[in-house]
Amino acid sequence: MTDPILELKDVHSGYGSIKALKGISLRVYPGEVVAIIGANGAGKSTTLMTICGIVKAERGQVIYKGQVINTLLPEKLPTLGLCQVPEGRRIFPRLTVMENLRLGAFYRKDTDEILKDIQKAYEMFPILGERKNQEGGTLSGGEQQMLAIARALMTKPKVLLLDEPSLGLAPIIVQQIFNIIDRINKEDGTTILLVEQNANLALQAATRGYVVETGQITLEDDSTSLLANPKIRAAYLGE
Amino acid sequence: MDYFIQQLINGITLGGIYALIALGYTMVYGVIQLINFAHGEFFAAGGYVGVILLSYFAGRGLMETHPWICLGMSFMLTMGYCAFLAMGVEKVAYLPLRNQSRLAALLSALGVSIFLSNALMLTQGVFDKPYPGELFNGGWEFGLVTISYLQVMIVTMTIVLLVSLNILVFKTKMGMAMRATAQDKTMSALVAIGSNRIISLTFAIGAGLAAAAGIMVGLYYGSVRYDMGFVPGIKAFSAAVLGGIGNITGAMLGGLIIGMVEIFGAGYISGQYKDVFAFIILIAVLYFKPTGIMGVNVDDTRV
Repeated sequence: MTDPILELKDVHSGYGSIKALKGISLRVYPGEVVAIIGANGAGKSTTLMTICGIVKAERGQVIYKGQVINTLLPEKLPTLGLCQVPEGRRIFPRLTVMENLRLGAFYRKDTDEILKDIQKAYEMFPILGERKNQEGGTLSGGEQQMLAIARALMTKPKVLLLDEPSLGLAPIIVQQIFNIIDRINKEDGTTILLVEQNANLALQAATRGYVVETGQITLEDDSTSLLANPKIRAAYLGE
Repeated sequence: MDYFIQQLINGITLGGIYALIALGYTMVYGVIQLINFAHGEFFAAGGYVGVILLSYFAGRGLMETHPWICLGMSFMLTMGYCAFLAMGVEKVAYLPLRNQSRLAALLSALGVSIFLSNALMLTQGVFDKPYPGELFNGGWEFGLVTISYLQVMIVTMTIVLLVSLNILVFKTKMGMAMRATAQDKTMSALVAIGSNRIISLTFAIGAGLAAAAGIMVGLYYGSVRYDMGFVPGIKAFSAAVLGGIGNITGAMLGGLIIGMVEIFGAGYISGQYKDVFAFIILIAVLYFKPTGIMGVNVDDTRV
């Protein structure tokens, strides 16, 4: 078996006195799509923020490609190929679409490649090409989600962390976004760790899933098994 | 009419200087929401380093032979010195307080201001220090209106600096990163922008501009004093608030308005009240439109 590209070992973290993660351990292997599902406030987003170093791990280790990364500065991680599309998309509202994309490639020096990648982003999301000189804050929710993903792709990620990509979007847009996620995984071979409240959607897109409850992993299985699991169906699939 | 035009020219000169100082306040506020009360001290330090360098050049007779080179060198070295000073101040006095309440950093800024002002007094003395006098004497006369060479130099230099800043902030990758940092530091980190580096850069640029203004004031009024940073500092702060704190264009506009109001107020109302006009504007802005001319929303900061 190959080594995991991303691994969390007994990670604890939180916000001041509030402990959000109480010993999260998980593994993501190269090329996988892994979903983390769970209720609101279970610690899904904190898990991603801890991986990215925005929230500091108080105990445990985050290991990426065999290297402990929770001691690194957060701004170092995208340069190693680890990037997150955060919850709420966080588009820079007063930068144009083009500038948002350009900043995704902030650490890169290959100017020609960057321009090509921006063109690729416009091909993948034609609406972004039409709005390239518009300020990010003026885009609709779905467009912002597309821009957020496109911006993350500009960092050339090996592992892409996606936090609630379906949040607040119309079903048809959600479908588009998930098609794109599938494409990023299949065509570029990008490993994806996906956090979703919409468990059904997440498990259909993923090969494996973790269930998080109050800061701990309570279940880990193949997506098909999780989808068939009566407990999961009752708790997260609304049956 | 001649009198009016003369005042207009004087107002533009002074307004440009205020604009240069105001930019430092507004940029730092835009990036870390701190009113850097020590900013006026960078301006004063600039005035002093400028006079030291220019006197040194003048003493060796270089001012007669190569006036432009001496002046250019003085500006560059002074701006560089103040940029490093500001970066040091930021590391020592503000960075450790980054995650504390904003009040902590504000008090630290006041402390730094007192410290720097006293350091200047102890090292340079309490008396006025004259700038080498023979520089840029003369000017053009149009009837009763005089435009001195010095005014032309100051206004040209100001325009060059303001245009360069605009290019830096709105056209370059660094400027883009600076605006991104002002808008969302977490997201900036997620796209590999180190906010500490950008904040440091912001302080350096702001202080560099203030330092240039310091030399200009020294040349314009003929001398510098250790406490020269205080009043222009507060006036430039008023300018930044008037323009909408956090907004670069606003600071430029605000500086120009404050400079004009001061000169016209002094010229047409009373010279003795010249320092009062800027503060009347500050109070009026805070009372009627606290977001300033270009400001949209108090929470909506921008660089």
